[in-house]
Amino acid sequence: MTTTPQAVRRASPRTRRPATPVAPEPTAGLLPQTEPVRLLDPDGTPLPPRADLPEPPVETLREMYRRMVVGRRFDAQSTALTKQGRLAVYPSSRGQEACQVGAVLALRDDDWVFPTYRESMALTARGIDPVEVLTLLRGDWHCGYDPTVVRTAPQCTPLATQCVHAAGLAYGESYQGRDTVALAFIGDGATSEGDFHEGLNFAAVFKAPVVYFVQNNKYAISVPLSRQTAAPSLAYKGVGYGVPSEQVDGNDPVAVLAVLTRAVAHARAGHGPYLVEAHTYRMEAHTNADDATRYRDPDEVEAWRGRDPVARLEAYLRSRGELDDAAVAQIAAEAEEYAAELRERMHAQPTVDPLSLFEHVYAEPTPQLVEQREMVRAELAADAEGDA
Amino acid sequence: MATMTMAKALNAALADAMLDDERVLVFGEDVGQLGGVFRITDGLQARFGDKRCFDTPLAEAGIVGFAVGLAMSGLRPVVEMQFDAFAYPAFEQIASHVAKLRNRTRGALSVPMVIRVPYAGGIGGVEHHCDSSEAYYAHTPGLKVVTPATVEDAYSLLREAIADPDPVVFLEPKKLYFASGEAALPARTAPFGRAVVRRPGTDATLVAYGPAVPVALEAAEAAREDGWDLEVVDVRTIVPFDDATVTASVRRTGRCVVITEAQGFAGVGAEIAARVQERCFHALHAPVLRVAGLDIPYPAPMLEHTHLPGVDRVLDTVARLQWDDRPDPRWLVQGSAA
Repeated sequence: MTTTPQAVRRASPRTRRPATPVAPEPTAGLLPQTEPVRLLDPDGTPLPPRADLPEPPVETLREMYRRMVVGRRFDAQSTALTKQGRLAVYPSSRGQEACQVGAVLALRDDDWVFPTYRESMALTARGIDPVEVLTLLRGDWHCGYDPTVVRTAPQCTPLATQCVHAAGLAYGESYQGRDTVALAFIGDGATSEGDFHEGLNFAAVFKAPVVYFVQNNKYAISVPLSRQTAAPSLAYKGVGYGVPSEQVDGNDPVAVLAVLTRAVAHARAGHGPYLVEAHTYRMEAHTNADDATRYRDPDEVEAWRGRDPVARLEAYLRSRGELDDAAVAQIAAEAEEYAAELRERMHAQPTVDPLSLFEHVYAEPTPQLVEQREMVRAELAADAEGDA
Repeated sequence: MATMTMAKALNAALADAMLDDERVLVFGEDVGQLGGVFRITDGLQARFGDKRCFDTPLAEAGIVGFAVGLAMSGLRPVVEMQFDAFAYPAFEQIASHVAKLRNRTRGALSVPMVIRVPYAGGIGGVEHHCDSSEAYYAHTPGLKVVTPATVEDAYSLLREAIADPDPVVFLEPKKLYFASGEAALPARTAPFGRAVVRRPGTDATLVAYGPAVPVALEAAEAAREDGWDLEVVDVRTIVPFDDATVTASVRRTGRCVVITEAQGFAGVGAEIAARVQERCFHALHAPVLRVAGLDIPYPAPMLEHTHLPGVDRVLDTVARLQWDDRPDPRWLVQGSAA
């Protein structure tokens, strides 16, 4: 920042007025820092700690590293499963491991997560069965897990709609005297959707304990961030709703965990919602069906490869003596085992029951659905007879 | 029995539901201090406090999405959309989440809630205040779609909607809000999924719901002068639809006219006509006819009486039910009449 003569004058003790109470700026505490918070250099060298942020315990960072390595292997395995025809489609989050795992580690098990379709890694990092996480993409049903058991809403495809659900759930929990926090994931493109803004606004007005976590991975399929917003950064969208906001280097695992931990604590303490924008990068195309070379410069991708979050955390933990070759090899072996088991389970053909189509439309099927079920039952019986 | 308006009965239903079940929260635009623009929530905030009945930001997708989250946390939201056409911003939340969450999660997660929508016209409202939006909701599996035509039904159906395990779009005919009727509260009328014969008759069946029911009853009364004895069936719950009652009536009378205030093309009236014809073909002495609003955007107030199906249009249509052997001239192609 350049120093203006006025600034010098204001700062000068000689011209300072006698201490009179000054009302704080109405935006105090709402605006993010002008630069994303960073606690590790891209090569893993620690930067000076910050008094305003909690310091993540080293055992949590070791666990974070483990889940990031397993998560990356899971992600690669899932992409491979599309090539083998086992998944209809897979939206990868490779490159976003610090965000995916950091969000989960900042929460308690009884907190709620509102994911999008790109959060498969976060959900497996949360301990949800990977086959249940991939059910949506395999196509044998929509949501494979029981949201009430794993405290995780179905992976949300209609963009930003989950932001208002998170506000409602968080408010409902606090209304009933529980200290649950909800964390809603959202991407950069979806911040253009109305429901993102309605979610922030409702959460703020009702002081709902929600953390809105924007993973700004720079592209909405092919459309770059410059087409989504003219704001200085997405974290600046909080101030208009009275929501404190922060931006963070999304490929710095320590910073992501620290900033999200602070945001979750803010929400849990009853101060209302918090908005975090993580600057990260989607290393793969939008999905396996997309061709990112049509809209991205390979040099840009290469530059982000140098900011890899897994390598960064590994270097940091090694420098602190918290990780050695043996531990790294052991975690890599665990990741291979995880992928192998997933591969094997996903190769089993899932059984689907056409008659189940009529369940769960309503608590009790309508007479019209009962009629249609009988029609399908007769069709199936006729087919079976024909096969016999 | 007491005489009261439908608005009062709806207000009583909300109050009684809030009294019986502390999970019930009522919210929306202007529903708190003001008591709603139609006063349906009048006095609820004063009686139950501003945590149970409260105003929200003016954002319909937000209201319904917020209700989804509240329902996930175990509460029972009852939300008000201020007018029919103002509910459209919420349609994505309704179609993609409210209607589907039970199905998407194989029944693990359901979001029982009531979305109250003042709907339809006949009140001299300016544009965007008079839409008949029932077809949009009825075409969305996972929603129940209910619309009362009597004061007692208003109370009973709303109580049932709030207690129902599925989400209910509760369509309140604006022009009937301040029509009075006899009611003994707490009334318990026929349950969801049951149509009701409002007027027995032998010559033809008029099928109607919501704002079209009084029109059908008036037409049936007037038809006596023409020597027709018309039966009137009130559908009450569009979803789930009661094929049995409608079919039984038409099989008795052999003739059917479906009356809706909504525009006719691809509407609920078309669905009912098709269902009747599929189930009653051999009992029918004439094609099933429809009387509906015109296929136009809802007109300006000074023109709405031309748009709305009135008694005369209903009677003209009844006259076309092939009471003798002559074909309906409307269906004859010019020059090819046989």
